[in-house]
This record gives sequence, structure tokens and C-alpha cells, in this order.
Amino acid sequence: MTEVVAAPRANAGTRAWLRDNGVYAAIVVLVAYNLIFTENFATMANLSTQLVQVAPVLIVALGMALVIGTEGVDLSVGSVMAIAAAILPLYLGYGVLPAVLLALVAGGLCGALNGTLVAVVGIQPIVATLALLVGGRGLALVFADGQMTVIQNDSLLGLGTGELLGLPVIVWLAAALAALVWLLVRYTTFGRQLVAIGGNRSASALAGLPVRRVLMTTYVISGVLAAVAGIVATARLTASDPSAIGNLYELSAITAVVVGGTPLSGGRVRILGTVAGAVLMQMITATLIKHNLPDSTAQMVQAAIIVLAVYLQRSRAGGGQ
Amino acid sequence: MEAVLAATSIGKRFPGVVALSDVDLTLRAGEVHALVGENGAGKSTLIKVLTGVYTPDDGTLEYLGERKRFARPLDAQAAGISTVYQEVNLVPLQSVASNVFLGREPRNRFGLLDFRAMNAQATQLLDSYGIRVDVTRPLRTLGMGVQQMVAVARAAATEARVVILDEPTSSLEPREVDTLFAIIERLRADGVAVLYVSHRLDELYRICDRVTVLRDGRLVHSGAMADLPRLKLVAMMLGRDLEEVQREGATKFEGEHAAGQAPVLAASGLSAKHRLDDVDVTVRPGEIVGLGGLLGAGRSETVMAIAGALPLDSGEVNVDGKRLRTGSVAAAMRAGVVMLPEDRKADGILPDLSVRENIALAALPRLSAAGLVSRRRQDSIVDTFMKRLRIKAASPDQRVGELSGGNQQKVLLARLLCMQPKVLLLDEPTRGIDVGAKAEVQALIDELAKDGLGVVLISSEFDEVVEGSDAIVVLREGKVVTRLEGDNVNEAALLAALAEDSRDD
Repeated sequence: MTEVVAAPRANAGTRAWLRDNGVYAAIVVLVAYNLIFTENFATMANLSTQLVQVAPVLIVALGMALVIGTEGVDLSVGSVMAIAAAILPLYLGYGVLPAVLLALVAGGLCGALNGTLVAVVGIQPIVATLALLVGGRGLALVFADGQMTVIQNDSLLGLGTGELLGLPVIVWLAAALAALVWLLVRYTTFGRQLVAIGGNRSASALAGLPVRRVLMTTYVISGVLAAVAGIVATARLTASDPSAIGNLYELSAITAVVVGGTPLSGGRVRILGTVAGAVLMQMITATLIKHNLPDSTAQMVQAAIIVLAVYLQRSRAGGGQ
Repeated sequence: MEAVLAATSIGKRFPGVVALSDVDLTLRAGEVHALVGENGAGKSTLIKVLTGVYTPDDGTLEYLGERKRFARPLDAQAAGISTVYQEVNLVPLQSVASNVFLGREPRNRFGLLDFRAMNAQATQLLDSYGIRVDVTRPLRTLGMGVQQMVAVARAAATEARVVILDEPTSSLEPREVDTLFAIIERLRADGVAVLYVSHRLDELYRICDRVTVLRDGRLVHSGAMADLPRLKLVAMMLGRDLEEVQREGATKFEGEHAAGQAPVLAASGLSAKHRLDDVDVTVRPGEIVGLGGLLGAGRSETVMAIAGALPLDSGEVNVDGKRLRTGSVAAAMRAGVVMLPEDRKADGILPDLSVRENIALAALPRLSAAGLVSRRRQDSIVDTFMKRLRIKAASPDQRVGELSGGNQQKVLLARLLCMQPKVLLLDEPTRGIDVGAKAEVQALIDELAKDGLGVVLISSEFDEVVEGSDAIVVLREGKVVTRLEGDNVNEAALLAALAEDSRDD
């Protein structure tokens, strides 16, 4: 029997390599291409711009990676960003810290709602979080009275424009959060339990794992990270615009996670891959725009890459025994 | 009587397994034919061959006197072979009437669905079987029992020549069983051949005319139901030679490990609807208590209930005299009760994670400080158990999915032993593992009992239960039939208890 399976194995090996490292390889290729063919690519200014653009997506994607690791999905993140953005100007009068804290708490509550629906009530994650995707945006508009508010708080605006050691504060923030989530997955009880629950929920429950608590915590983290992204986006925009902030971010985040090699079937969380996935998608858009191709082309290229990524993961099911 | 469906010398192989080998089955018009066998006997495979789900590798199928080969289940259905599976496979959200006519709905002259005719015909049909329901209600609003009967009525109404019933009574109340049997009687009177799959001996003897017994994919016996004594039937299902068993008499297991000690586990009055009915199990430290019973007797349910994995309607579980909260795996584990699940793949291993992760899984909180897993403590405990259980893996980092079945099972045992348990519940600990690993696991269980653990053992292998246990609690249909102890722990006594006629009670 081993003889028979030997031939497809080699092919599976290539696939497995592509699945695990394809996203990094693609970045290397794109960087090489841009270094040769794109003007002003290797400038600090351009690098900064690209990274700033990618930061909010990445922050959302970190939470999404955790949720997807549990075999779930969080469609509400874009709306949660809007809710956080809408709350900010309401409380900026008390100072930037209380306003930010309240926005984060709101994100956590949204996550707790999702977590309750998924872990306690037992609704499928895609449906449970769809509710908040739709309702959350409406709620944000209610908070903001349907209006865009210009932000005049200097500390908050500083978050959007400030730099540290030559890189924007936002980029540092995203990097720090990525490192934190990476540590969380790799070294904490919670992280190990999350991966186990995503890998085999029934076995995890029979091993006495606190399945509900872990799922709940995961959605709360996703909600809080979405709120962080909402605050960052507001600071960058210098305005709280609940009808625009976070639009379609759920899809960008899922894309980054999937392209980064985290399977939708759960049981595996790749934080570094997620970072690379987010960067890759941004680079594709930027590269094509620099070469005067329309945004629509970028979208189609991105679509092809998503299909490829999911296809590569599909082989995983057949690869294992 | 004429043969409606005759399967001859059927063979079916799957990679690495021979599921059926040289099996014959003849269904005659107007008979109810019992198909019995334990796990892995090949019953479901045979049914799937008959209904066109599988194509047999060897043998022929003759239906209504013609050689047939059903390429798809739909072909078999269209030809008049109806199957009602254990779990109702109808559309829960649609009305009862729609379900009865699923796929052959009456239409009016515009070609549209004729709901009035459908409802009227469905009501009349169900009524004629003694099932009184509002046919416009969605199916899922009815009880499982009624759903099951709608499924049977549907099968009967399709002008079927063969109706296959797979465990039809597993979710029925006694009264509903009577209604079902009335339907089966009508099918028999109409000349339909009924293939009846069940483990409930009482039902088989009540309704079936003939019986076919399978074991390990082979035909063991086929003949009239009434000519086959219960004891003989059970012996055949389990692959025991009855005369030999009776001649040898008691094969007494060596002395009890733990007479006189207070029980470490005392479960009493465990009840869960349709599954368990007032089950008591007590285990003393160092004692191995086997659970005896045929398939579907409630053995797995009993250990799941004790381990907190099956919600109970009533009953209590005491560990070392302390009552624990039922229905919570975590609470049972804290009290020292751990379970090895029956289905290693679905409920046990995390195939994509490493041996280390798999072993440490349940013990993670104990190996952590402030939420951070201590790599040192984790590695030390993993190392200890990999050595003690002689787990053969390239390294602790190897994926568990790549290990052999025996080593996977040892990984799961290691996971449980990390919790320093007092009571070990083992559901089929040696199923699907090779002979060498099997002996090792058996020796390990013995060793653990000698160390003072209380063990509950389930095994579909007769020898394992009889030789391994100090006492055997025999279950049937979710009830305790008897508890065999001391000299009574032998094959003959267990067979007799399994075959006992519950109507004599």
C-alpha cells in the first residue's frame, strides 16, 4: 500500500509547501518585481504608506484568525469598527483615554454577544455574526445620529499621524498586537485549548476543556481588536464616519487569514501567515495601481489568490490519514 | 413462498478491510426477516449493497427473478426497495404530507402540486396505519417516534416489494412499537418482504419469521426464527461455541483485587430517556467491572453518563463517597473520573496536533501558571507517559494522525492518566488495534487496577470482558439485567444473562 500512495505523496509535498510557505514566497516575488520595475518603491515614504494602509486590516485579521481557528467566522468586525468609531466623539469631551476605553468595551460587548449566540445558544457562527454585521452598522449610525464627526482631539489625531523610530505609531501598534496574539496562541493555555477545540470539538469537550468559555473569549478578543481597528481608522481619517469605516473589512480580514494558510476548517492558527496574507493583498493592490491598472483588476487578482489558497488547503484533508 | 430478493455470495472489500465475504440472503414475499450481528458484522454494508449504495465486488443480486445491479440508491428505490434508516432521513421542516409524498407528489391538471389531494391522501394513509396526526404540521414538530412511523408508512406507501427497517424501534415508546408492529403485520399480509435489523431479541422473536446472523462479514446462520434458541442466537452473534462454553463451565478469573473496600465509584439510578433506565454501577478500588450487553444495550451511554458526557434525567454519581455534579465532564474529571471514548477518531484524537499536545490536552490547566503553559512541566509529564506506555512515535512533535491505531490509543490513555484519575472508564480500549498493542493495553489496564484504580471496561470482545473483569454488570435496553460476581464471571453465565427473555420478568 505504501508503494501505491508514494506517487501522489510527492505532489502533496509540493502542495503542502505551497500551502505553508506560498504566501511568503509570493511576497518575495512581488518585492523583487517592484524593486526592478516600480519607481519609488524602495522609499521609506512608500513603505510607510503601504504599512499604514494594511495596519487596520491586519488588526482585525488577528482576531479573525483566532475565530477561524475555532472553526467559526466573525462577519461583524466591520460593523464593530463602526460602532467603536461612533462612540469615540461622544466621549472625547472626558478625555481621550475614557473615550478609547469605552470604544474598546463596546467592541468587547459586541464580541460577547457573538460569543453568547455561538457558544451558549448554539447558532452557527456565520449566521450569529451576520446579525451584528447588519444591526451593528445601524447601531453605529444611531450613536452618531447618522452623521460624520470631525475629530479635533490632538492626542487621538497623534495616533493617526505620529511616528516612532521612523515608522508610524499605527504600524508599531499592529506589530505589537500581532506579537501578542502570536504569543497567546503559542504559549497560553487558552491558545492551546482554542486550537484543540477548532481541531476536534467533540474530543475537546470529552477531555473536559471549557469549550464555551474559550469560544466566548475568542469572540470577545475579536470584538476588542475590531474596536482597536475602528479607533485607528478614525484617527487616520481624522473623522468618525460610521457609515464608511470598516466597510467590507470582514472580507479583507478573512482573505488575509485564508491566504496566510489558516484553514477554514479550524484547528490551526497561523498568525505570521495572517500578517503576510494582509501584506500580500495590500501589495497586490498597490503594485497594480502603480502600474496604472484599475482597482477592479486588483480585485480579480485577489480573487484568484483566494481560490488558490483555499484549494491548497483542501488537499490537507486528503493528505492526513 | 417466492423469493423477492436474493443476494448470493456477496463480497465487498474496502481498503484494508473485508466487509462482506460470501454472504447469502434471501427475502421471501410476505416474510419478516431478521438481520442480526454485532459491531463490524457487516449488516450495514449488506443493506447498502441491497439498496444500491455500494456495488458488490463479488456475488449476484436477483430481484423479482431477474439479475439486477443497482447503480444508485434511486434505482433500487424506483424498483421497489424502500429503506428506513435509524435516523429518519426526511425533511424536518416540510409538512408530514409533503414528506409522505416526497418525490412523487400528486399534481393537478396544470402540473402544479395538488396540496388538497396530497393532504387528504396522506391523512387517509396514515390513518389506515393507526397514526393520527395533523398532516399539515412540519414533521419536526412531531416526536421522534411518530416521525419514524411516518417514514415507515412512507416506505410502505411507495408500493415497495422490499422494506428494510434499520433499528426502527430505537427511539420508540412501547406503545409506538405496537403500532409499528401492526404496520409490519400489514406489510407482511400484503406480501411485502421486510428486512428487520435490530438487537432487541424480544422484538426479533415477536415479529420475525426467519433470521440471518452475520459475524465479521460472514454468514453464520440462516433459518427459521422459532427454531433458534435465544442462547444459541446470542452465542452465534458473539462467535462463541455454545457446547464448548457449557462443557468448560466456569473459567474463573484470579481472585478479586479488592474485596471489602468502600467503592470508589457508586453510580445509581442513572436514567436518560430512551437510553438508560435506572442503571446502578459500583466499582471498588482495584476492581475491574465489565459492562456486558449486546450492541445498543446502553453500555457506552452508561460510561458517558458517569463521565458527565451524557445529560441525565435522574440519577447520581458518587466518587469516594462524594456526590458529583452530573452532566459535566470537567466536574467528573476534577473528581477523578476519566473516560476513554469509544470512537477514537471522532471523539478522541486531534490528528493534526502533536503527540505532546494530545497527551497534555486535558491537563493543560494543571501544567500552567497564570495562563501560560509551562513547557518544562509539560515535557516532563509527556516524557513520563510516553515511556511508561511505550508510545512509539518519532518524537513528541510527531502528528498523532500519523501513528498506528494502537499508539493513538496509548496517547489517549496517557491523556487520561495525566489527570491522576481514581476511576478509569474504558469504552472499547482495544478495538481496531493490532495484536501486540492489544496485549500491551490489556496488561496496562490490569496494572492500573493493581495500583488501586477503579476500572469500568466495555469490550465487544467476549474474552476480554470475561477474562478481564472481576464483576460484570449486564445491560439490556438500557436496564441492568444482573450483576455477575466471583465464580459467576464466566462465559456461560454471561451468555445466559444476555439471552434471557425479558418478557419472563
